[in-house]
Amino acid sequence: MSEITGYQPVAMVWGGVLCWLALALLAIPLRAHKRWLLAGFPLAALTGLWVAAVGVAGLLLPASAQIVPVGFPGLPVHLRLDALSGFFLLLLGMGAFGVSVYARGYFQHMEIGELARLAIWYPAFLAAMTLVLLANDAYAFMVAWELMALSSYFLVTSDYRVEEIRKAGFLYLLMAHIGAVALLLCFGVLQGNGHTGDAAFTFSAMRHGVLTPTQASLAFLFALIGFGAKAGLVPLHVWLPEAHPAAPSPVSALMSGVMLKMALYGLLRVGFDLLSVRQEWWGVLVLVLGLMTALYGVIFAAVQSDIKRLLAWSSIENIGLIFTGLGLAIIFSVEGKSGLAALALTAVLYHALNHALFKSLLFVGTGSVLHASGTRLMSGLGGLMRKMPWTGWLMLLGVLAIAGLPPLNGFVSEWLLLQAFLFTPGLDLHYLNMMLPVATASVALVIALAAYVMVKFYGVVFLGQPRNPALKHAHEADIWQRMGMLWLASACVLLGLLPSAVIVLISPAVQQVAGRVLTNDGGWLVLAPMDAARASYAPLPFWLATLAVLLLVYGLVRFRYTGRVRRSAAWQCGFPAVTARMQDSAEGFGQPIQHIFSSFMQVDRQYPQPQDRTPHYASVSIDQWWHFLYLPIVAATNWLSQQTARLQHGRIQWYLTYSFITLLVLLVFVQ
Amino acid sequence: MISTGASGMISGWYLQIVNLLAALLLLISFAMLAQRRVAGLISLFAWQGAALAVSTAIVAVFTAQWHLLYSVALTLLLKVMIIPWFFYRLVRKLGMSRDVEPLLNHSLTMLTGIVLVIFAFNLALPISQMAGTVMRSTLGIAMACVLLSFLMMITRTKALPQVIGFMAMENGIFFAATSATYGMPLVVELGVALDVLVGVFVLGIFFFQIRETFESMDLRQMEKRKEH
Amino acid sequence: MSGGVVLQGLQTVLAVLAAPLLTGWTNQCRARLQGRRPPPLWQSYRVLHKLFLKETVLAKEASPLFQATPYVVFSCMVLAAGIVPMLANDLPFSPVADVIALVGIFALARVFLALAAMDVGTAFGTLGARREMLVAFLAEPALLMVFFTVSLISHSTQLPLMVHVLAHRKFAIYPSLAFAGVAFWMVSVAENARIPVDNPTTHLELTMIHEAMILEYSGRYLALIEWSVALKLFVYSALGIALFVPWGIAPVGDEAALPLALLALVAKMAVGGLVLAVLETLNAKMRLFRVPEFLGTAFLLAVLGMLIHFLLES
Repeated sequence: MSEITGYQPVAMVWGGVLCWLALALLAIPLRAHKRWLLAGFPLAALTGLWVAAVGVAGLLLPASAQIVPVGFPGLPVHLRLDALSGFFLLLLGMGAFGVSVYARGYFQHMEIGELARLAIWYPAFLAAMTLVLLANDAYAFMVAWELMALSSYFLVTSDYRVEEIRKAGFLYLLMAHIGAVALLLCFGVLQGNGHTGDAAFTFSAMRHGVLTPTQASLAFLFALIGFGAKAGLVPLHVWLPEAHPAAPSPVSALMSGVMLKMALYGLLRVGFDLLSVRQEWWGVLVLVLGLMTALYGVIFAAVQSDIKRLLAWSSIENIGLIFTGLGLAIIFSVEGKSGLAALALTAVLYHALNHALFKSLLFVGTGSVLHASGTRLMSGLGGLMRKMPWTGWLMLLGVLAIAGLPPLNGFVSEWLLLQAFLFTPGLDLHYLNMMLPVATASVALVIALAAYVMVKFYGVVFLGQPRNPALKHAHEADIWQRMGMLWLASACVLLGLLPSAVIVLISPAVQQVAGRVLTNDGGWLVLAPMDAARASYAPLPFWLATLAVLLLVYGLVRFRYTGRVRRSAAWQCGFPAVTARMQDSAEGFGQPIQHIFSSFMQVDRQYPQPQDRTPHYASVSIDQWWHFLYLPIVAATNWLSQQTARLQHGRIQWYLTYSFITLLVLLVFVQ
Repeated sequence: MISTGASGMISGWYLQIVNLLAALLLLISFAMLAQRRVAGLISLFAWQGAALAVSTAIVAVFTAQWHLLYSVALTLLLKVMIIPWFFYRLVRKLGMSRDVEPLLNHSLTMLTGIVLVIFAFNLALPISQMAGTVMRSTLGIAMACVLLSFLMMITRTKALPQVIGFMAMENGIFFAATSATYGMPLVVELGVALDVLVGVFVLGIFFFQIRETFESMDLRQMEKRKEH
Repeated sequence: MSGGVVLQGLQTVLAVLAAPLLTGWTNQCRARLQGRRPPPLWQSYRVLHKLFLKETVLAKEASPLFQATPYVVFSCMVLAAGIVPMLANDLPFSPVADVIALVGIFALARVFLALAAMDVGTAFGTLGARREMLVAFLAEPALLMVFFTVSLISHSTQLPLMVHVLAHRKFAIYPSLAFAGVAFWMVSVAENARIPVDNPTTHLELTMIHEAMILEYSGRYLALIEWSVALKLFVYSALGIALFVPWGIAPVGDEAALPLALLALVAKMAVGGLVLAVLETLNAKMRLFRVPEFLGTAFLLAVLGMLIHFLLES
C-alpha cells in the first residue's frame, strides 16, 4: 500500500490532538476560573467534530503516514491514518461531540476542585484515544495506551474523597496494567525480525515479519488478554461494573461508548493487520469468549438495582456481541470466505458505532437523572418521565435502540450479525457447523434478554409513580445537556434509518480488514447483504409506512369516535389505597431472571425481621468470578509476598549478602 | 429406485419416513430426559420401542432384509408390551408413581443433552460414510440416543428410571446396529433379548427386596448403607 | 407491479377486517367443546364497536406514552399483516422486512405495551409487564430459531421466497420442519397469551399476564388493543400456514388462483381455530414457573430441528 507523505489527513488529526492537549494544559493555569474551565468543553466538542470529519476523510482517502520527531532522540513517533483508524476516529469524534456538549451543562454544578481535575484530564483522555488510533509503532502505541489508561483513571477518581470510588479506581488501574503487560509481551513477540533496533518496533516492520504459527498464536493470545482486559471480556470484566458507576456520567459515557472500542480497534489491528496469517481456533476462541461475555453480561444486567451498574453490565453484553461477530469474521477469513467475513465485520463495526452512540446517550441521560434525583438506586426513582420529559423521550430512543428494536440502529447491526450466522452452513469444520446453531440461539437469547433489561431500566426509572417523595422536585436537564442528548439520539435514529449509506461509508475499513467489501444488493433504500433474494430490510420505507398507518388509524379513530377522555384516579382493579411502593421494585423485576439463572450467580438476600418498623428486603447478586478466579489469585499473591517477606530482615548486612551471592551465581553462569 | 445423491442425501419416500422416525426417536430420548413422572417415563419407553419397531420394519421390507423382521417382532413383544406392562405393574405395586427427582437442574440437563447430540452427530459422520446401508445417516441419531439414555441414568436417583434408561440405551444400540449394518446376527439379537428379559425380571424381584430392606427406592439410601 | 400493489392493499385490509372473525370462531368452538351455548360469530365485532363508542377513562398519572401505545401496537400489527403472504405470494411491500424484522416488529409492539403497563405505576401493571417480558425473552429466541430452521431449507429469510420454496418443493418429509412446526405452535401459544401459558378470559388478577398489562385501558384505547390482539393471532396463524402448510397460496402473477387461495385460507384458518380451541379445552393453564420450561422445550425443539437438518437433510 502506498503511503503518501506531504499532503496529509493524518496531519489534520494531529491538529485535533494538539487542540485537546492545549485545552488540557490551559486548564492547569486556569484551574480557579470556573467560567474558563467550562468553556473548554464546547471547544473540546468542536474538536471532536473536526476529528470525526477527518475520520471520514481517512475512510475515503488513501492511507497517509507521518513521522513526528518528538520524544526520545532516535525514537520518533510514527503516525498513520488508514481506513480502519479513520472509522474509529469517526466513532470517537461523534461520541466525543455529544458527550462534551452534554458535559458543559453537567459539570457546571461541580465544585471547582473537581471541575478543574475533570477539565484537565478530559481533553487529555480524548487526545490519548486519538493517538492510540494513529500510532504506527509499538512505542507510540504503548505510550498512548498508557496515557489513555492513566487519564481515565484520574477521571474515574475525580471525586477521590469517596472510598468506594478510590477502590474502584484502583481495581481499574490494576486491570489496565495487567492488560498493558500482556500487550507489551504481544508486541515483543511481534517485533519484525530482519529489522534491528527501533525500526523493528514500527508496525510496518511487524507487517512484514515472518512468524511461526506458534509465535503468531502466542502474539494473538497476548493481544486477546491485553485488549480483552480493556474491553471487559469475561473473565477480565470485573473492573467495569465498579469503575463505571464511580466515574462522573460523561466520563462513564466516554469510557463505555468509546474507550472499550479502542480495545476492539487494537485487536483488529493486531489480528488482521500486523498478523498476516490467522488460525481457525482463534476465531472459535473469540466466538466462545464473546458469547460467554454477552450472556453473562446481560444476565447480570437484569438483576442490578443501581442504574449505572446496570448500564455497565449491559456494556459487557454488547462487547460480548461485538466479539462474537469478530470471532465469526476470523473463522470466515481463515476459511477463505471473504464475502462472509466482510458481512460479519460490517456487523461488528456497525454495532461498535451504534453502541458508542446509544450507550453514551444512556449514560449521560443517567447523569441527568442522578443530578435531578441524587440517587443511582432504582428503589428511589420512578415517574421521571413527567418531571423530565426531554430526558425521558430522548432516553426512550436510546432504550429502544439498545434493546435492538426496529427502526433504530441497534436492530440493524444485530440483524446483520444474525444474517452472518445464518450464512454459515458449509464451513469445513463439522463441529463448528453444528455448534453454530447453538451459538445463534445464544445470540438470539442475549438480544431478547437485552429487551427485558431495558424495559426494566426505563420502566422503573422513568415510568410509574415516584418511589421517593423528594422526586417531586426533580428538574429537567439544562439546554446543554439536552443538546448533547439530542445529538446522540438523532445519530441513533439516522443510523437506524439509513443503513445502506452507513455501510457504504464504513466499507473502506471493511475492505482493509477483510480484503473485500460487503456488497449491498438492494440500492440505497434497501439493505440486502450479498443477495437480495436471501434477505433484505428497508427501514426508511417501512417506517414511513408505519407512520402512515399510524396517522391513518389515529385519524379514523378520532374522526369516527369523538368521545371525550376523562381523567380519573387509576383503576387498579378497584383497590383504593394505592401507593408507589406497590409497584415492582428493580429487584422484583429482576427476580425471574435471578430464579432462572440462579446457577450463574451467588445471591445474598437480606430478609426483614418481624419486628422491623421499616421492613427492607434486598437481594444482591454476586459475580462468581470473584470467588473462582480473583480471590484465589489475591490469596496466592498474599502468600507469595509473605514468603518473600521472610527474606526481609531490615539489616543492611543481609541485603549485602544477598547481593554478594547473586553476584557470585551470575559470575559462575557467565563463566 | 434408491438413489444416493453426492452429498449423501437419499431420496425415496420410505427413507424419509425412516428419517422422520429417527428424529422422533431422538425427540423421545429428550422427552425421557425431561420427564418427571415414572409412569410417563414408562409410556415414553414403550413409544420409543414402537418407533424403533416401525422404522426397522420399513427398512426390512424395502431392502429385503427379512431377518430384521424377527428383531421387529421381538422388539414389539418385549419392549412395547411385556416390559412396559411389567413396569406399570411394579409401579402400582410398589406405589412409586411419585415424581422422579433429577439430580441436575432441568435446563442444565437439556443443554448437556444438546452438546451430546452435537458430539454424537460429529462422531457418526466419518463412520456413517463407511457404512454401506441406505439409512446410514441416521447413525448419528442412534448414537445420540445411546448417549442421552446414559445421561438420563446419571441424572436420576431412583432405581426404576435407571433401569428404563438402561433399556433405552439398548434401544439406541439396536438402532445403531440397524443403521450401520442392517442389524446384528439373529443369534446375538435373540441372546440380547433374552438377557434383557431375564434381567428385567431379576431386577423386579430385586426392587421388592430393596424396598423390604430400605423402605425406599432411592439409591442414595444404598450409598449411606455402604458408608457404615 | 400495480396488480401487486392492489393485492397487497387488499390482503392487508382483509387481514385487519377478518382478524376478529378468527377470534370469534375460536371462542365459538371452545364454547361448544365446553358444553356452553356459543356466542355469535360476530360477537368480537360487537365488543369492538361497543368499546369504541364508550367514554374513555384515563388514569391521572398516564403519560402521552400510555396514550400513544395502542396506536403504535395496532400499526405494528397492521404492518406485520402486510408482509406475511396470506392469499398471494406477490407482495411488493415484503422486501422491506424479512422474518427477523418481523420478530423485531412484534418485539417493538410488546416493549411498548410493557412500558405502557408500567406507566401508571399500579401493582398489576408492573406485574404483567414483568411476566410478559419473561415470556418474551424465552419465546423470541425460540421463534427466531424456528425461522432459521426454515430458512436453512429455503436459503432465504424473505417470507415470499420461503413460501415459494416450501410450496414448490418435491414432496418430501423434512423432520426438521416437523420439529420447527411443533416449536412454532408452542411459541405462538405463548406469544398470543393462550392456554396453557396464559388465559385470555381469566378474571383472576394474580394469574394474569397479558390482561394484567391492559387493565388500565378503556374505551377506544382498549378497543384498539383488543383488535391488535386479534390481529396478532391472525398474523401468527397466517405465518404458521405460510411456513408449514403453504399449499394453495397464489404464486406471483397468477390472479386466477386467488379465489382458490381465499377458500384455502378460510379452510385452514377454520381448522387452525378449531385445533386451538380443542387444545385450550384439553389443557389447563400451567404455573408461571413452568412457563420457562415450556418455552425452553420449544427452544430445544427448534435447535434440535436445526441439528437434524444438518445431519439428515444437507
